[in-house]
Amino acid sequence: MAAPWASLRLVAPMWNGRIRGIHRLGAAVAPEGSQKKKRTILQFLTNYFYDVEALRDYLLQGEMYKVHEKNRFRDKEWIRPDKYGHFSQEFWNFCEVPVEAVDAGDCDINYEGLDNLLRLKELQSLSLQRCSHVDDWCLSRLYPLADSLQELSLAGCPRISERGLACLHHLQNLRRLDISDLPAVSNPGLTQILVEEMLPNCEVVGVDWAEGLKSGPEEQPRDTASPVPA
Amino acid sequence: MIRRVLPHGMGRGLLTRRPGTRRGGFSLDWDGKVSEIKKKIKSILPGRSCDLLQDTSHLPPEHSDVVIVGGGVLGLSVAYWLKKLESRRGAIRVLVVERDHTYSQASTGLSVGGICQQFSLPENIQLSLFSASFLRNINEYLAVVDAPPLDLRFNPSGYLLLASEKDAAAMESNVKVQRQEGAKVSLMSPDQLRNKFPWINTEGVALASYGMEDEGWFDPWCLLQGLRRKVQSLGVLFCQGEVTRFVSSSQRMLTTDDKAVVLKRIHEVHVKMDRSLEYQPVECAIVINAAGAWSAQIAALAGVGEGPPGTLQGTKLPVEPRKRYVYVWHCPQGPGLETPLVADTSGAYFRREGLGSNYLGGRSPTEEEPDPANLEVDHDFFQDKVWPHLALRVPAFETLKVQSAWAGYYDYNTFDQNGVVGPHPLVVNMYFATGFSGHGLQQAPGIGRAVAEMVLKGRFQTIDLSPFLFTRFYLGEKIQENNII
Repeated sequence: MAAPWASLRLVAPMWNGRIRGIHRLGAAVAPEGSQKKKRTILQFLTNYFYDVEALRDYLLQGEMYKVHEKNRFRDKEWIRPDKYGHFSQEFWNFCEVPVEAVDAGDCDINYEGLDNLLRLKELQSLSLQRCSHVDDWCLSRLYPLADSLQELSLAGCPRISERGLACLHHLQNLRRLDISDLPAVSNPGLTQILVEEMLPNCEVVGVDWAEGLKSGPEEQPRDTASPVPA
Repeated sequence: MIRRVLPHGMGRGLLTRRPGTRRGGFSLDWDGKVSEIKKKIKSILPGRSCDLLQDTSHLPPEHSDVVIVGGGVLGLSVAYWLKKLESRRGAIRVLVVERDHTYSQASTGLSVGGICQQFSLPENIQLSLFSASFLRNINEYLAVVDAPPLDLRFNPSGYLLLASEKDAAAMESNVKVQRQEGAKVSLMSPDQLRNKFPWINTEGVALASYGMEDEGWFDPWCLLQGLRRKVQSLGVLFCQGEVTRFVSSSQRMLTTDDKAVVLKRIHEVHVKMDRSLEYQPVECAIVINAAGAWSAQIAALAGVGEGPPGTLQGTKLPVEPRKRYVYVWHCPQGPGLETPLVADTSGAYFRREGLGSNYLGGRSPTEEEPDPANLEVDHDFFQDKVWPHLALRVPAFETLKVQSAWAGYYDYNTFDQNGVVGPHPLVVNMYFATGFSGHGLQQAPGIGRAVAEMVLKGRFQTIDLSPFLFTRFYLGEKIQENNII
């Protein structure tokens, strides 16, 4: 969620210059004289009568709402389902808008379901966290997103193993890959190293390199160079 | 009156004299039967060991509708699809006869386990595509109640085939056919190849085709055990024994051109038990020859190929065992995790094995074939014929260390290196599912389904494998597969 001050910053440019800022509601570019008079009277009334203040707040909220509607995607807000699990009908108005990020965490998406995601040619961020049906075969289908995908999260998927991670090398634009908590990967430390070698420009997150180490009191002084046993 | 009251059979026995004694010359050998009956009654009486019901539990049943000779992945796949496609539950009784339950020489267990769609024939591509979807959904196909799910350990890393100048045009047209059938294959130039796989030396490579989806390698043992488990749960009987004889009947018929043709029908299969002379004649309706490298022997037992050469009767099954070596080596600076199964222009191939910089690979011999009498490994073959090509293609392989090796058989079809599927034209109830020359494992689910459709419905329904019928050997119509590794 963007901080309120950030949204205000984005909101401000949309205002046509008629009104400078929230705190100077009523200030206008019109001739100074009459405006000043108007502003003084309105200010005066607001300062003295609660009803006038409430009315002005109400009108201000209406203006803010209209502006927020126009700026909905500038804030990079996520389109989420409401408490009943339904998406708003206005979603259909945005057919032409390219989808940048999909959060499919905890979904039951499977191999055939990925058909729908692979058509999003400008997808930059994909999160498949904790998807129980995503397995190695599904990862082999992700190569069409190679041109745009920059962030991929596979954390917590129980069916993904290091064999599926091998086909992520097609995603050369990937900058951030999260492979934490993959129970089916046999050797997480070594896998992390191999994946990092495979994707040199990508930051691979999720496994502490020391996980693959076995500590033994007599081995530790000698074992300085290579951290992971082959 | 007495005769009417007593039941018929008893009346005849008690009140009428037996015809044999009156007329003499009765063909039933009544005296012998009497002594047999006396012996049996004596054995029931207390004080004697009861030999009436001999223990035949180790023998196969006396009757079975379908007998499948060979319990490898092809035989089990046919058994599975026969049970899956039968019209009513329990309609077909199937018996799988396997000579060696340890599968020590079977091609399935010794296979490298690769699956790819990069063939030149559309039928082969469709078979591989179906097999890929079968393997992907294997836990839906082969689910058994209360048994753990199967882990095929599938590596979806794809196949990379390299072509030299002279093969580049053929590769392009092959890729076109593959794309038409729905395989996801991409063509790469040598520059793109170097970008993608920096460890490759592209000298001599004009074009490369890379499978992006549904290609890779898996654990063939897991598939075999999964099929066995499922097929046993569906009611297929297994028997460890060797087929030694077929008892068949012949029928002389005339073709439409008034030529005499002898059609044979197998009635009994004699299954000899392991390490014993005991055999069981199994009466059967259909025999499926899925004996892999030894299919030609089974076909010869049925009388395939007994006749003057050049005739349909004289056409033998051209499948013979060919020995192929697989070597495992360790190379610490070798290609990384993204390595596909690389098949070089020279025919040498290799792939990664596991996380620890181990690789396995081999090469089909081009000059002389190794002796298929045993499965001994020739290590000099690696030194002289495989390593130089590997080191040329991947310079990191100049320093490698061979860890182990094994050998296995290809059920090699000397005619055109493609499988034989479907019934024999003369031995009308023998169906073949063999001769796949190294790509039987990856096409097994599709072939099993095709043979089951042929047996149950009389024709191929999903994938049309009519080019793979036996008659092509007599007619001389080769369907050459160019991409054999």
